[in-house]
Amino acid sequence: MPKKLLLKHLEVPGIQSLDVYRQQGGYENLKKALSMVPDAITEEVKKSGLRGRGGAGFPTGMKWSFLAKPPGVPRYLVCNADESEPGTFKDRYLMQRIPHLLLEGMIISSFALGANTSYIYIRGELMYVYHILQKAIDECYAAGLLGKNIMGSDYSLHLHVHCGAGAYICGEETALIESLEGKRGNPRIKPPFPAVKGLWGCPTVVNNVETIAAVVPIIEMGGDAYAAIGVGKSTGTKLISASGHINKPGVYEIELGVPVEEFIYSDEYCGGVRNGNKLKAVVAGGSSVPILPGDLILKTTKGEPRLMTYESLADGGFQSGTMLGSGGFIVMDETASIVKNLWNFTRFYHHESCGQCSPCREGTGWMEKILHKILDGHGEMKDIDLLWDIQSKIEGKTICPLGDAAAWPVASAIRHFRYEFEELIKSGGKVNRPAYATHAG
Amino acid sequence: MNVKKEIAFSPEALALVHKLLSRYPDGKQKSALLPILHLAQTEFDGWLSPEVMDYVACLLNIQPVEVYEVASFYSMFNLKPVGKCLIEVCRTGPCWLMGAEDVVKYIEKKLGIKDGQTTPDGMFTLKTVECLASCGTAPMMQIGETYHENLTPEKIDDILGNYEMLNERVTHWDKKHIKA
Ligand SMILES: Cc1cc2nc3c(=O)[nH]c(=O)nc-3n(C[C@H](O)[C@H](O)[C@H](O)COP(=O)(O)O)c2cc1C
Ligand code: SF4
Ligand code: FES
Repeated sequence: MPKKLLLKHLEVPGIQSLDVYRQQGGYENLKKALSMVPDAITEEVKKSGLRGRGGAGFPTGMKWSFLAKPPGVPRYLVCNADESEPGTFKDRYLMQRIPHLLLEGMIISSFALGANTSYIYIRGELMYVYHILQKAIDECYAAGLLGKNIMGSDYSLHLHVHCGAGAYICGEETALIESLEGKRGNPRIKPPFPAVKGLWGCPTVVNNVETIAAVVPIIEMGGDAYAAIGVGKSTGTKLISASGHINKPGVYEIELGVPVEEFIYSDEYCGGVRNGNKLKAVVAGGSSVPILPGDLILKTTKGEPRLMTYESLADGGFQSGTMLGSGGFIVMDETASIVKNLWNFTRFYHHESCGQCSPCREGTGWMEKILHKILDGHGEMKDIDLLWDIQSKIEGKTICPLGDAAAWPVASAIRHFRYEFEELIKSGGKVNRPAYATHAG
Repeated sequence: MNVKKEIAFSPEALALVHKLLSRYPDGKQKSALLPILHLAQTEFDGWLSPEVMDYVACLLNIQPVEVYEVASFYSMFNLKPVGKCLIEVCRTGPCWLMGAEDVVKYIEKKLGIKDGQTTPDGMFTLKTVECLASCGTAPMMQIGETYHENLTPEKIDDILGNYEMLNERVTHWDKKHIKA
């Protein structure tokens, strides 16, 4: 059995409630943490090698150590529960099933950072999860786990849940901060970084739900023991959201380092491609990462089996690799149309662009239109080069990484599936694979 | 006769507004804007009229334009009236791979409306939305605070039938959470 750290108690009936969570040892790690000095907690997180689970994979302990600590200025911890990256649904799963794991992680992390007020920013669509979290927070206040003098210590914390209102961009940390201030979600120009000037101009750490939940087992087992799980710099366990044309879609906690082939085909995880179909392509880390054809996701160009780690998925750079990203693992079988899927994603980025930078605001719209033109049967060969040109002029030229996120799917689809664009153009849009399965099939 | 009713939150909602305001530091009450706009949609027929937005601006002691610019940025805020039951179907990549287009077409045909339209009786509005973090149970749609997943035509018939029978307005911030 693979090791489970976050979803260990998933099946315990009633684990949503404080009582049952405590019966399973819940909040014992908070007690342990409160007996440590805050910097020692950061030290354990550093030793654990934990990397941000929101997408970028930045080392969490290092991020924490960058937090400015000017005297007399409040510091904030904000949990990023915006989860809007297409293909990603692990944070919702975790918060809905085991809300107290996130809360325990929030209290421990806030203590480590010296924050006395913290927020969980959850996307507005997840309103039912907002109420689950609110109930769990109320339970904590009643039990002395939040508020003044937590568990009899001299540490006090107020924790609030805050809802967004529908905007992918609010997952970007500076847009999230703007949104939490009651404004439009326009990303800020960095520097200054949130660690210096974040929420209401105060030093702020923004971390993903899964990252903060992982702090609990790190305190329990110690940073070194956590780092012993996984491969190289990909330590610990990771929640993978598996969707698309597989037999068993769902959220799986894997030890980092599981071979991709095992993840797709074993009954422990995805259970293989539906109907025994051929694997065509995988988007391994949420819609923003490069798409890879079936053979390249299973093996690197050196012929080595690809592993579910940050490094192995990135092997080959953008020529032949991709990224672990948020762990949104989208599988497409032989019936999927790469171009139509790309059009859909591009339409998404165009819709979600905040509009501050011209390359992103205009470029995503142009790409959407060209892809639509190709699908509609009016494509010309030069459109492929035009698409390539546009994406290359967005990447790296915008305020926030949404521009890159819109460019990479286009570049990778052309790189690996150029024949499918050509086929569509030559046939006047007629050669199109059955884009999706109907309910009957 | 259409009598214009005065715009004001119910006492329960107002109590909740004050609770929400207390979560942010002094002088930062604008932070409560998004949650309060959700409450406003629940209290005032599922959408934000200019009058409602002015009322919220007044409550928060901010300029009306600060409310308009926010309300128009976020996709969950309706700036036009919507049916009692707003059907939000996810149309993004993973759902699309699993037949989201079929779901939209099926509902369009069933209700005789297109994406963005409302049935003449004011019961249903159809809207397509972006990934709702439910891709493993695709195709899916959201109605009020409820996620309806792994949709089939039969399931859609049942679900919409139930809302029609209920014949009540459903909103993202469910009324029951205001009363509590
Ligand atoms: C367009 C965009 C959307 C993002 N959406 C999310 C999100 O929904 N959840 C998340 O945790 N991080 C998201 N991120 C990453 C955050 O900016 C940030 O890196 C992350 O919350 C940091 O937490 P971590 O270090 O724990 O991963 C997004 C980034 C971009 C550019
Ligand atoms: S890259 Fe796009 S989303 Fe990001 S700030 Fe620029 S316009 Fe806005
Ligand atoms: S794509 Fe529909 S819920 Fe994610």
